[in-house]
Amino acid sequence: MKFGVIIFPGSNCEHDVYHMIGKVLHQPVEFIWHQSRDLASCEAVVVPGGFSYGDYLRTGAIARFSPVMECVQKFAATGGLVLGICNGFQILLEAGLLPGAMLKNRGLKYVCQHVSIRVESSSTPFTSALQTGQVLSIPIGHMEGNYFCDDHTLWELEANQQIIFRYCTPDGQTTEAANPNGSLSNIAGICNRSRNVLGMMPHPERASEPILNSSDGLMIFESMVNALVHS
Amino acid sequence: MRAKVFVSLKKSVLDPQGKTIHNSLRNLGYSNVEEVRQGKFFDILLDTNLSLAEARQEVEKMAKSVLTNPVIEEYTYQID
Repeated sequence: MKFGVIIFPGSNCEHDVYHMIGKVLHQPVEFIWHQSRDLASCEAVVVPGGFSYGDYLRTGAIARFSPVMECVQKFAATGGLVLGICNGFQILLEAGLLPGAMLKNRGLKYVCQHVSIRVESSSTPFTSALQTGQVLSIPIGHMEGNYFCDDHTLWELEANQQIIFRYCTPDGQTTEAANPNGSLSNIAGICNRSRNVLGMMPHPERASEPILNSSDGLMIFESMVNALVHS
Repeated sequence: MRAKVFVSLKKSVLDPQGKTIHNSLRNLGYSNVEEVRQGKFFDILLDTNLSLAEARQEVEKMAKSVLTNPVIEEYTYQID
């Protein structure tokens, strides 16, 4: 089950993801350049964090026009697993693979800290090794993580259980104070209707080994491996 | 031919930057300011051989597909 990690000019978390998949999970992993027109027979794709194309116009706005994103669109449409982390999530939103958009953080500041997030649904290929209601400690680092969508989209996300992670207190309460960026409904991560595309602002690859103070993020990648093994 | 494209957050979307600037202006004594919305401005030089209709078409296409995210933003433009 080979993983592909996409690199755009300005990506900066690709090596962390590559290390975690290859050295911690011991799975085959390959980088895929943004100009590539095929996904090198990868069975799961990670769109990592960073500042693709400098994020000058809007986060992810230019990256979505990359040749590789056409492949990712097709891959996702045929059920392939796509995980977007931070800037990767923003790119998936711009590409229309996930609904909604990101606004600047409520406090207008870059926020870089460990946060608690609650697993809202374990019925995705990304969260099957987790329990619904489980609280994970995973860091965030972003300026535009204030998730927004219109009322109807939020209603759909709720109705289809597409909200997968919510910011919460360490004991699992989704309070306003536990919301680091003003995200609608404390949303930290969502999936698409078919549940094979997940976007999340927290960085699971930065919480995947004991030396990093948390291994909670590893379970997301372990879930993906399980899903691929059983498919 | 020059296109001026103004992009702003939709009215239904909170604009914390605009709000902060509004507060600052009030604090500086500009008490007549009722609301501030911050946006983006693009000054685009177009091929002079384009007709006005072609220019409008090109600008609208760019604005819709690249310059704005229709989920949160709207735009107006003028061509001189």
